[in-house]
Amino acid sequence: MLQHFKIAATALALALAGPLAAQDGTPKSGGTLNVVIQPEPPGLMIGLLQNGPTQMVAGDIYESLLRYDFDLKAHPQLAESWEISEDGKTYTFNLRKGVKFHDGEAFTSEDVKFSMDVFLRETHSRMRTYMEHVESIETPDDHTVIVHLKQPFGPFIGIFEPGTAPMIPKHIYEGTEFAKNPANNTPIGTGPFKFDEWVKGSYIHLVKNPDYYMEGKPYVDEVYYHVIPDAASRAVAYETGQVDVLPGGSIENFDVPRIRELENTCITDKGWEYFGPLSWIWINNNNKPLDDVNVRRAMMHALDREFAKDALWNGLGKVATGPLSSSTRFYAGDTPDISYDPEKAKALLAESSYNGETIRLLGLPYGETWQRWAEAVKQNLTEIGMNVDIVPSDVAGWNQKTSDRDFDLAFTYLYQYGDPALGVSRSYMGDNAKPGSPWNNVANYQNPETDKMFAEAALMANPEDRRAAYKAIQDKIVSDVPNLWLLELGFPTIYRCNIKNPVNTAFGVNDGFRDVWIDK
Amino acid sequence: MIRFILGRLVKAVFILLAILVFNFLLIHAAPGDPAAVMAGEAGAADEKFLADLRTRFGLDQPLYVQLLIYLKGAVQLDLGFSFRQQMPVAELIGDRLPATLLLTGVAFVLSLVLGVIAGVAASARQGSWGDTIISTLALLFYATPLFWVALMAALVFSVWLGWLPGFGYSTIGAGYTGFAHALDVAKHLVLPATTLGLFFMAIYMRMTRASMLEVSRLDFVKTARAKGLKRSVIQRRHILRNALLPVITLAGLQAGQIFGGAILTETVFAWPGIGRLMFEAINQRDYNVILGVFYISAAMVLLFNLITDVVYVIIDPRIRLTG
Repeated sequence: MLQHFKIAATALALALAGPLAAQDGTPKSGGTLNVVIQPEPPGLMIGLLQNGPTQMVAGDIYESLLRYDFDLKAHPQLAESWEISEDGKTYTFNLRKGVKFHDGEAFTSEDVKFSMDVFLRETHSRMRTYMEHVESIETPDDHTVIVHLKQPFGPFIGIFEPGTAPMIPKHIYEGTEFAKNPANNTPIGTGPFKFDEWVKGSYIHLVKNPDYYMEGKPYVDEVYYHVIPDAASRAVAYETGQVDVLPGGSIENFDVPRIRELENTCITDKGWEYFGPLSWIWINNNNKPLDDVNVRRAMMHALDREFAKDALWNGLGKVATGPLSSSTRFYAGDTPDISYDPEKAKALLAESSYNGETIRLLGLPYGETWQRWAEAVKQNLTEIGMNVDIVPSDVAGWNQKTSDRDFDLAFTYLYQYGDPALGVSRSYMGDNAKPGSPWNNVANYQNPETDKMFAEAALMANPEDRRAAYKAIQDKIVSDVPNLWLLELGFPTIYRCNIKNPVNTAFGVNDGFRDVWIDK
Repeated sequence: MIRFILGRLVKAVFILLAILVFNFLLIHAAPGDPAAVMAGEAGAADEKFLADLRTRFGLDQPLYVQLLIYLKGAVQLDLGFSFRQQMPVAELIGDRLPATLLLTGVAFVLSLVLGVIAGVAASARQGSWGDTIISTLALLFYATPLFWVALMAALVFSVWLGWLPGFGYSTIGAGYTGFAHALDVAKHLVLPATTLGLFFMAIYMRMTRASMLEVSRLDFVKTARAKGLKRSVIQRRHILRNALLPVITLAGLQAGQIFGGAILTETVFAWPGIGRLMFEAINQRDYNVILGVFYISAAMVLLFNLITDVVYVIIDPRIRLTG
């Protein structure tokens, strides 16, 4: 019954000639890649730190077992093939031979077991949750890893990327206090680039790994990540030719139209499929009158999200239809309608318990775009007759206020990690609503029915069953409107057109520059 | 003089401690903590992750315990550990301080020298075209926000004209050494130092001009003229020397302000100094780094004030120092 789950190793290896290996002309070797990074990462040891900038640099240094294309289909990386048993409980990975860490030690199945079972279980919050599904990990030989799950866990094949399951050298970390290991300052992985130097406040320098296991790769000799704290200055750095790649979010959105018009400049909003960054406004479902579904529906229909997309995001991204990004597995587009309809919004508000109360809107302190967006939302809500006050804050203040549930409406955006069980259910499950964290069910949406459905859907072995379950969940949640879904964010990566392949997986620039080459 | 200096130094230690306690309480009163900021950047932190971070950083201790631990370290010149950068704060500041001293030092000297020269020039012919132009420019520099000047300077000289680098401390990856390196840093320094200096130059110019005009109306100047001294000698030896006193007072006070201005300038020009370190630390609630920078900058302001007092004596023998 689970035939489609069985992935023939050889077939996959042959299929590698597909999108991930797609080349744009004949690659040329050599050259330096200058990339902007912001903010400066707190460290580069990806097993300990999972923030965006760390991931961007560490994606060149560390690797995981698999890679994922724009459709989130798995491809070989450190595992050259893999098989999933019929019952969905046993995963067998056949590792690539001849792979070495940057210090010359061989990479083996022991490193995989150590990384997953010991290191990440201790240090990585997301991985810790996933590892709860793992019964045991076997390493019959140096190049075979067998993972036994307690029960089928649909999303499991989607976690083998460097930000989630990086392969960490056992010989360096075993028996040490991971957070204090001096090797954290000179990260060692199996990736295409090696760490060379980090001048704090200025740049991080990586150099080509000459012993990389893929013949001829990487193509570029070195990568510089430039730390430039001001968004306008980052735009200037690109304009003056000092940097060549501006990863998504590097410059203010209002600068994008000007920069994209520059000579030899290319832009793409691809490379975010795994993250599926979805923006929404948390509604504090505890507070009156927001506990009234008619108030929430009225607000939803009041928001002109097409306008926000065109005016604030340069037309990039998509208007959200519900709690899932369209790039996330099991996305259903045909959920109840939540489109802009101010007349409907006014009618719903008239029927509701709203009585002119002032609603506090907490903006997201990530720069101008978000500030303007809060103003646009305030205007939309004022147009249907609501009173809204924008509450300013900085990042730490935003964290505190959402943790303490000290808001009525609060902007946010979160990653979905390719699967609703990995990145969506956490925001809607009833038992995940305890105050104290800004990344759980902050809205305090309580619905035992969807809780049960979420729990079951994660453990279904058959993708078609999961699809049906998630469709029902999406319908239910969209009709309850616990949050106001805004946009699937389109973060543009801007680069010089003679730089080839900066974005060719679902992780974009976070996946390392293994395939990048510079056409001089 | 030595007694005076020693007395002032003892006072300075107490002032420093008071500043530290006040700042400690102030930054802990701001919402949010470094653990939450770091966890937020990870995108999906669970409660255990947050609790682990708080324990690791000692944030689970009562506030007064945290304060006592900090002060105990501070009196031994131990500035603690940066939560975020995983480095001793003293080392972080030590790495960044030279860049800031270079930037603020050059901006300070530039603004003082050019400000005084412009002020003297303007006062020499009060009401002339030259005076009007200099005074108007000074007013303009004084009134324009620093970050705007910085961005415009980068736009004009870096993007449009391509004369000067728009960001950073040196050309990354160029591998210059010796004189070539110094020249490279100097090129990178032009825009930030000028931007930072303009505002202060305007202040010194206006102060010098006003002070020169005031002194030039005093009786001893008339006497000097009556003695038949040359105009330039009167200007330089009699008026300027007396007119400089208020300018020096101001410069001593402004030295601390230049430090404050460096936060913006360093951020816009990606200059790797402690102003930027501070800016980022505030956003990330990296308490020990914020306090460490406060500590160092407060110490430097106190030092500048002391130097100002000493320079007074040298310039004006009428002033006597008492502890």
